[in-house]
Amino acid sequence: MSEKDVKNLEEIFEARIARDEKIEPKDWMPEKYRQTHIRQISQHAHSEIIGMLPEGNWITRAPSLRRKAALLAKVQDEAGHGLYLYSACETLGISRDELYEQLHSGKAKYSSIFNYPTITWADMGAIGWLVDGAAIINQVPLCNTSFGPYARAMVRVCKEESFHQRQGYEIMLTLCRGTEEQKAMAQDALNRWWWPSLMMFGPTDAESVHTEQSMKWKLKRKSNDELRQQFIDQTVPQADLLGITIPDPDLKWNEEKGQYDFGEIDWDEFWQVVKGHGPCNKERMNARVNAWNNGEWVRDAAMAYAEKNEKRKVAKAS
Amino acid sequence: MKNLNLYNYILTIADNSLILAQRLGELCGHGPNLETDIALTNISLDLLGQTRSYYQYAAKISGEDKTEDDIAFLRIEREYKNCLLVEQPNTHFGHVIGRQFLFDSYHLMLMEKLQDSPDETLAAIAKKGIKEVSYHKRFSSDWVKRLGDGTEESNAKMQEAIDDLWHYTDELFFMTEAEKVLAEDGIGVDISTFKKKYYEEVSEILKEATLSVPENKYFAKGGKEGVHTEYMGYIMADLQYMQRTYPNMTW
Repeated sequence: MSEKDVKNLEEIFEARIARDEKIEPKDWMPEKYRQTHIRQISQHAHSEIIGMLPEGNWITRAPSLRRKAALLAKVQDEAGHGLYLYSACETLGISRDELYEQLHSGKAKYSSIFNYPTITWADMGAIGWLVDGAAIINQVPLCNTSFGPYARAMVRVCKEESFHQRQGYEIMLTLCRGTEEQKAMAQDALNRWWWPSLMMFGPTDAESVHTEQSMKWKLKRKSNDELRQQFIDQTVPQADLLGITIPDPDLKWNEEKGQYDFGEIDWDEFWQVVKGHGPCNKERMNARVNAWNNGEWVRDAAMAYAEKNEKRKVAKAS
Repeated sequence: MKNLNLYNYILTIADNSLILAQRLGELCGHGPNLETDIALTNISLDLLGQTRSYYQYAAKISGEDKTEDDIAFLRIEREYKNCLLVEQPNTHFGHVIGRQFLFDSYHLMLMEKLQDSPDETLAAIAKKGIKEVSYHKRFSSDWVKRLGDGTEESNAKMQEAIDDLWHYTDELFFMTEAEKVLAEDGIGVDISTFKKKYYEEVSEILKEATLSVPENKYFAKGGKEGVHTEYMGYIMADLQYMQRTYPNMTW
């Protein structure tokens, strides 16, 4: 294909996106579009799978049967999200095994929020309320992103996330209406999860490297700072309703701007965790790598059995 | 308690589901691949759902001011009536599958009988349970075959698990006082009636999976009368942690 042909294809491609048409796996697409989508969708899938670990940590210790069942179901939903996101990613010409390899080698990233420990039951509430709340704000715009399989997966993911967010808030509400000990547990969880949740929106706009291209492809519709602001404005009244305090002395309503002003995020902590030195980075990665390595003989057996069965069928037919 | 035998009978069935659900819950996020992870969580959820129905019923007939959570979380270890099989650890995936298979085969036969109980609540729980447990059994038997007839390594591991767990199968058919009384009344199931069928069916699947059927002379028992293996205390420590640390609170 000549350079001119490629340029022509690129123009047609960009025009389709501008008209809000969906790009499907078999359509021609620029290599950079493919690679960017593999990176983002797999990062999202990995986050779902790693995200199972901090919550999975509380399944055996959930305080009631109802909570245990709801938590199991929630972690299972996350596995399901991982499954359809990996499938969406595979339509771009990469296998799930290759994606795992990227995760296990540290080449692919996942959301840093899951490198924080879950040390009390209230963390199950705080994760649902804050972490899933932040995830929804990041993800709702993706329901209209240009790549068809990703957009469709996100519609389902967002529906379930919104259910998880309400479930998390309801855990917080129950704690805040409970005893002093329970309320203290809820406050402590908010103290620990608030700032890491704000960091989920990524670096400030001035520092963000991918924004412009991602906007064009509708992988992003609002900037990191805009989304973070939206999250804060939406969450502060919810904390008020719970009767617990957001751990930011600089947080106050700005009448003129019609939004909250807030304090400085600790970007050193952000980069420390992103670079692999957070409280649980090693534990999370070890858990995934161990699950994968310990499961190798199982996957091999399934493959060998399927091959034997196929041969038996052929032998029977002939 | 007026209905003490019925109460105990319900717990004998329900505690198996609770403890197995708890064991499977430990695995969530650590399976050999996503599909099996999701399937095992599903089984855990089904068992937990059944547990809740049984405990709600037991709480109601206890005549005391009890809830499903009191029954689940606030008994001492000696009061749990689950069989030893379901408390065995997730040593490796072969043990997870082996434990599931040996239990599911029994569980399905029990549900098929229990659905005819004149006790409407038990019959209804069993009827709903049959659909779920049939799926569990299909899943676990398929995996026994895959692992048994997969690679040399998987065959050895699956055999190891079956050999380890076989020791606990006989107890499935041990009848407690409550079970005997309820069976005589026609409300409960006489489990001894399907012991032979159980071993035949299980053996057949093991053979199909190219595994050998263990020939144990000795078996363990005690769980159904509250004498558990050493694993049980640690299961309790996790299960009851919140309720014991923060008593009398709403979650």
